[in-house]
Amino acid sequence: MTDWDPSKPILEIENLSISFFTRAREIPAVMDFSCTVMPGESMGLVGESGCGKSTVALAVMRDLGKNGRIVSGSIRFKGRDLTHMTEEELRHIRGSEIAMIYQEPMASLNPAMRVGDQLAEVPMIHQGMNRADALKLARQIIADVRLPDPDRILRAYPHQLSGGQQQRIVIAMALMAKPALLILDEPTTALDVTVEAGIVDLVKDLGTKYGTSMLFISHNLGLILDVCDRLCVMYSGEAVETGNVIEVFDKMRHPYTQALFRSIPLPGADKNSSPLIAIPGNFPLPHERPKGCNFGPRCDYFRDGLCNAGDIPMAPVPDHDRHATRCLRWKDIDWDAPPKVGKVTEKLPRGRLVLKMEDLKKYYAVSAGAFGGGAEKVVKANESLSFEAHENETLAIVGESGCGKSTFAKVLMGLETATSGSIMLFDENVQDTPIQARNTDTVSKLQMVFQNPFDTLNPSMTVGRQIIRALEIFQKGTSDADRSDMMLNLLDMVKLPRAFAERMPRQLSGGQKQRVGIARAFAGGAKVVVADEPVSALDVSVQAAVTDLLMDIQRENHTTLLFISHDLSIVRYLSDRVMVMYLGHVVELGTTDQVFAPPYHPYTEALLSAVPIADTRVKKRRIVLEGDIPSAMNPPPGCPFQTRCRWKPKVPGNLCDTVLPPVQVLAGGHQIKCHLSREELAGMEPVISIAAD
Amino acid sequence: MLPFLLRRVGVMILTALTLSFVVFSLTNLAPNLEKLARTEGSVRMSDEAVDSWIINNGHGGLMITRYGQWLGVVPGWTRTDDKGVTRGRCIQGAVTAEDAPRFCGILQGDWGTSTVFREPVAKTVTDKLASTGWLMLWVMLVMVPVSLIIGVMSGMREGSRTDRVLSTFAIATTATPEYVSGVILVVIFASATTGISPILAEWGWISGRTLFLGTATSAIDQITFWNFALPVMTIALYGIGYIARMTRASMTEVMTQQYIRTARLKGVAFHQVIVKHALRNALIAPFTVIMLQFPWLLNGVVIVETLFNYKGFGWTLVQAAGNNDIQLLLACSVVAVFVVLVTQLISDVGYVFLNPRIRLS
Amino acid sequence: MEPLSWPMIFAKMAVQFWPVWAALVATVVLSLQFRRRLGLYGKLFDSTVGMTGFVIVMFWVFTAIFADMIITYDPIAQLSGLKNALPGTPVEGTGQWYLLGGDHLARDVFSRVVMGARRVLTIAPAATVIAFMVGITLGLPAGYFGGRLDTGLSFIANLVLAFPVILLFYLLVTPEIRSTGVPIALAAVLFLFPVIFVSVLLNSRFFTTPAKRNLYVGVSLAIGLWAYSGLAFNADPTGIWSMDPNLLNVFVSVVFVNAPTVFRIVRGIVMDLKSRDYVAAGQTRGEGAWYIMLWEILPNARGPLIVDFCLRIGYTTILLGTLGFFGLGVSPESPDWGSTIDDGRRLLSIYPHPAVVPALALMSLVLGLNLLADGLREESMRD
Repeated sequence: MTDWDPSKPILEIENLSISFFTRAREIPAVMDFSCTVMPGESMGLVGESGCGKSTVALAVMRDLGKNGRIVSGSIRFKGRDLTHMTEEELRHIRGSEIAMIYQEPMASLNPAMRVGDQLAEVPMIHQGMNRADALKLARQIIADVRLPDPDRILRAYPHQLSGGQQQRIVIAMALMAKPALLILDEPTTALDVTVEAGIVDLVKDLGTKYGTSMLFISHNLGLILDVCDRLCVMYSGEAVETGNVIEVFDKMRHPYTQALFRSIPLPGADKNSSPLIAIPGNFPLPHERPKGCNFGPRCDYFRDGLCNAGDIPMAPVPDHDRHATRCLRWKDIDWDAPPKVGKVTEKLPRGRLVLKMEDLKKYYAVSAGAFGGGAEKVVKANESLSFEAHENETLAIVGESGCGKSTFAKVLMGLETATSGSIMLFDENVQDTPIQARNTDTVSKLQMVFQNPFDTLNPSMTVGRQIIRALEIFQKGTSDADRSDMMLNLLDMVKLPRAFAERMPRQLSGGQKQRVGIARAFAGGAKVVVADEPVSALDVSVQAAVTDLLMDIQRENHTTLLFISHDLSIVRYLSDRVMVMYLGHVVELGTTDQVFAPPYHPYTEALLSAVPIADTRVKKRRIVLEGDIPSAMNPPPGCPFQTRCRWKPKVPGNLCDTVLPPVQVLAGGHQIKCHLSREELAGMEPVISIAAD
Repeated sequence: MLPFLLRRVGVMILTALTLSFVVFSLTNLAPNLEKLARTEGSVRMSDEAVDSWIINNGHGGLMITRYGQWLGVVPGWTRTDDKGVTRGRCIQGAVTAEDAPRFCGILQGDWGTSTVFREPVAKTVTDKLASTGWLMLWVMLVMVPVSLIIGVMSGMREGSRTDRVLSTFAIATTATPEYVSGVILVVIFASATTGISPILAEWGWISGRTLFLGTATSAIDQITFWNFALPVMTIALYGIGYIARMTRASMTEVMTQQYIRTARLKGVAFHQVIVKHALRNALIAPFTVIMLQFPWLLNGVVIVETLFNYKGFGWTLVQAAGNNDIQLLLACSVVAVFVVLVTQLISDVGYVFLNPRIRLS
Repeated sequence: MEPLSWPMIFAKMAVQFWPVWAALVATVVLSLQFRRRLGLYGKLFDSTVGMTGFVIVMFWVFTAIFADMIITYDPIAQLSGLKNALPGTPVEGTGQWYLLGGDHLARDVFSRVVMGARRVLTIAPAATVIAFMVGITLGLPAGYFGGRLDTGLSFIANLVLAFPVILLFYLLVTPEIRSTGVPIALAAVLFLFPVIFVSVLLNSRFFTTPAKRNLYVGVSLAIGLWAYSGLAFNADPTGIWSMDPNLLNVFVSVVFVNAPTVFRIVRGIVMDLKSRDYVAAGQTRGEGAWYIMLWEILPNARGPLIVDFCLRIGYTTILLGTLGFFGLGVSPESPDWGSTIDDGRRLLSIYPHPAVVPALALMSLVLGLNLLADGLREESMRD
């Protein structure tokens, strides 16, 4: 390590190819991948799931498992080739020179070992430190990652900490030996947005403080923009574009990067006037990659005989800062041409009232403690929910984990009955009617689209059979043949080939499964559809297509869509009205424009600030919330948000601590549940501003 | 923790009462009593005589009251016959009707008298339990370490050659019930005509006719390697396979966890990853399994004690069942069920204790 | 005639087993040919362990099927002079041999083991199937609804599980208990479950089209109750369904011992699967609870259940052997492996062959089932 000079790259990956070997065949996961990370630099690796970005990270750690092997290329860390190191040499580098942070904080900590011991282990191995000194160092690093009460945390077991705290511990563990390179593999994906913002801030600060280089892996372009200096876009095992973050974002030179940016909802996108442009087709399976350009079959600029002729090398883009693209036609393409605008549609008028909830409450009694002993506790999952929804309208319900949005869906669907309050569905009172007691008509009119595409379909029933079953139960059609026709029509409606009727769910991709889920929900001619995070588990390019489909069907059927989500970008894009929830309370309710512009509820303000936006023009005020979301089992007294609210000092007395705020109705029916005076609210500044072009 | 423990103990007592009642009912069925009457009275009794014998000896009346008497919560029966002699459940031996206690069930320590061994059941059971205790002790000493080592060794590198060899061994032993492995072990090691003993005898390496003894009768007085190894191995083998497979499954699962990768990528050496990070988590499940093995071990004990003629608890159970010794069979059943329930309790409590995730929540 | 040497004995036995070899070769060749289209069964042939297990199990299955063609002597016939005869002893005047010798009653060990396979391979799978029906029918609602129902059923299951198996057998499988009618009562309860299971299964699926439902449920009820009356109460007028009281006692006890474990497994899987979105989707479209349990949850629990089914047949075989070993319930003539081992163990150290042969047979069958289960587990976990 002595012959390494700090002006040289800290990590240099050259023409790396990695394959996984199964019984049947060799599956190439990464092909001809090169990238360089300079000292102190942070490099982003971005791409959709299955593009090989995590494989690259594991290859750097040389931890590819039994089946994975580096087929060719080299990975040089401080000038030494990692691919030829022995296990023993690697062991000295792992944890001390290169450290890694993973997606699932809970899973990456040993459940049976105290946090302190897990942290202290690192310097004890690498620096031969004694246990007392190591614990002292651990205590200091815990303070560095801004965790309160380090002594208690040292003695705690991982499950006693919240998700955000656990991730901070994982980061602390990575920093224990002051590594030169930090690899972060989707470090915030499992966390809530407001918690994520805190972690991202911390990572950036620590990177500067310790001068650590970073390899930051994410599917979220906004996060990359926040954290990284340079990035590398990957598609189907290859790097397709690499360069300086600003240049790639603003002057991209690869069709995939361009398509990716056009398919994510950025400020300014609108479902009617400027709809998202989905990338056509599907991500190729690793063993079914096309010849030539992997993106070819989905590319607007594809030219037969050129793009599919042979392997395509990376081409440098002159006059740019180490910018390169894997495209043969990048010089021919007019990069400034505006996108072909998709079909522009008229906004549908708001129809009659279909759903009205008034003062809905849902409490659960849970027994405290794991052993069933102790007093019963009441969890207030939903507290005085009131709103209405109209035909043709999209109402978004926004909130982080534990805000009660899923409970709300369950009560509405009739899977649970409300504790009190009323739900009017069309002209029927359904708050006390469990689903078994509702008539078929009511049931078929109110349907749901579920979150997890891997869970939404029964894995052991064909796609067609599942849709037909829905038709049977909704008493649609008169004969089996009739229902079979209806099923095929439904497949047409969600733009799936009719041949899919015979397929099993495992043969479908995530987006396709979600389409089947939508077809099934509309089998009975649903009028109100609850969509519980229908696209959050899908890749960005697929999200746009599924969202579009939902909107199309809504337009045709005049459906009321209740769109549950935590993703404010997509909410802003497709919803007409927004309801923000926090710990069971509706804290803000209004039209999309009202909610996304001041005055805000303090929580909405923080939420808006926390969402990373992949647009270099957007300037945000940074508002980082302290601490974690309180548990619904043990909510704070008074205002639910008071523990994290930055506006609390502006409210006289201890009103926030003691009294639940009233709902203030502002201009245009905009509702905010807050103690702040109207003047204070009116004086709020926008969180997001878009710099003029 | 305390409420949990109390609740568990409560459920356990309820289970024990229900089960002992079931056993009581099944051993005191009319045909059993009739058989008892004919063996205790005379074989050529008339049916009426049998009925009156049953009633006169306190076996008449409701099952639940008889159960209560046996348990010691209902006063024992007394009956004065035509001659003025008062007999009763609690009047036995030197105790006269006047100073006999009202209750004399198992709660008072009175387990009745065995008809086979002609001695108090309590004495028989404690004696035999002691003998079986030695057997169990040795079985545990062999079985637990061996199975855990096999399980951990094969689970820490799934799919390796070591894993394949050890797993095959484990599967083979679980496929071999005690009555099969016992037979095979005797044939190989303790038969004068087959196996290795004749060869060894011919070479003059052993002085006796067989290497190991085919029976363990002498082990009641003195345990030696030669009379005890085969019974112990027979019971242990089956358990080894089972526990080793559980340990392996648990170990392979732990080895794929993220935190093992974390440890590895922290630079912890492989053997340290196993010892410090994997073992603690991997041994929680097998601990429960070992404890829950007891009902099956009891099975093995009965088979092995019968096969090797070792006069312990299992052998006694077979004798009691075969000879319609109601009191003894009842006592054996209660002890067996009690052992099982206690081990279940230990397993539950131990699981909670070993797993900080549950202990501290 | 000279006694046969060991190689000759094996050769003669191999010839005797020819229908088994033929059937085995046909099965394996056909399966390998079409394995890509056979789902999990086909994938089994990708794993050495699974395939070995499958071949061993099928060997015994075919032996049971073709037992009549394989045996050389009547398994209960006693031929004079062949008491404890060594393997390969010629039978005077017939030109035949006692291939694996004679037992202490001068019966042919080889034929008894072959016939024993038939007996074991009819009782063990049948008892396991019934135990599964009982366990599934009770485990599904316990896991799905939870609450009091679960507490109650789990308590009962734990009661049975707290009994050491051997003790239960000594209490349940005795001539005395047979005269009280307890086994028949148990059978009446346990044998009802398959009928309930099939009827509910069909009803929940087809209630939307009543014509179909009436036909399917009607037919299954008719057949089910007919078999039920014959097996549980021996009251089938045609006499097609009937069971010897000894056998009924053994059968019922084995089911009784196995069902609680199946119950626990099913309950556990249901508790895991019921939080899936497709279950919620079923609920939100107003499906009945039984449809969701039987058609949405159960098919997805099949992987672990099939694996456990194989293991459990092995376990049941061991239990049946244990019963035989203690001479419980089975008739002394019975060639089943457990009783044969029990008969043979008395003279074990002098004449080992009458006990060792059935012991090895039993061991190999259970080993085969365990290997098969392992292979299935491994393959079902892949992709």
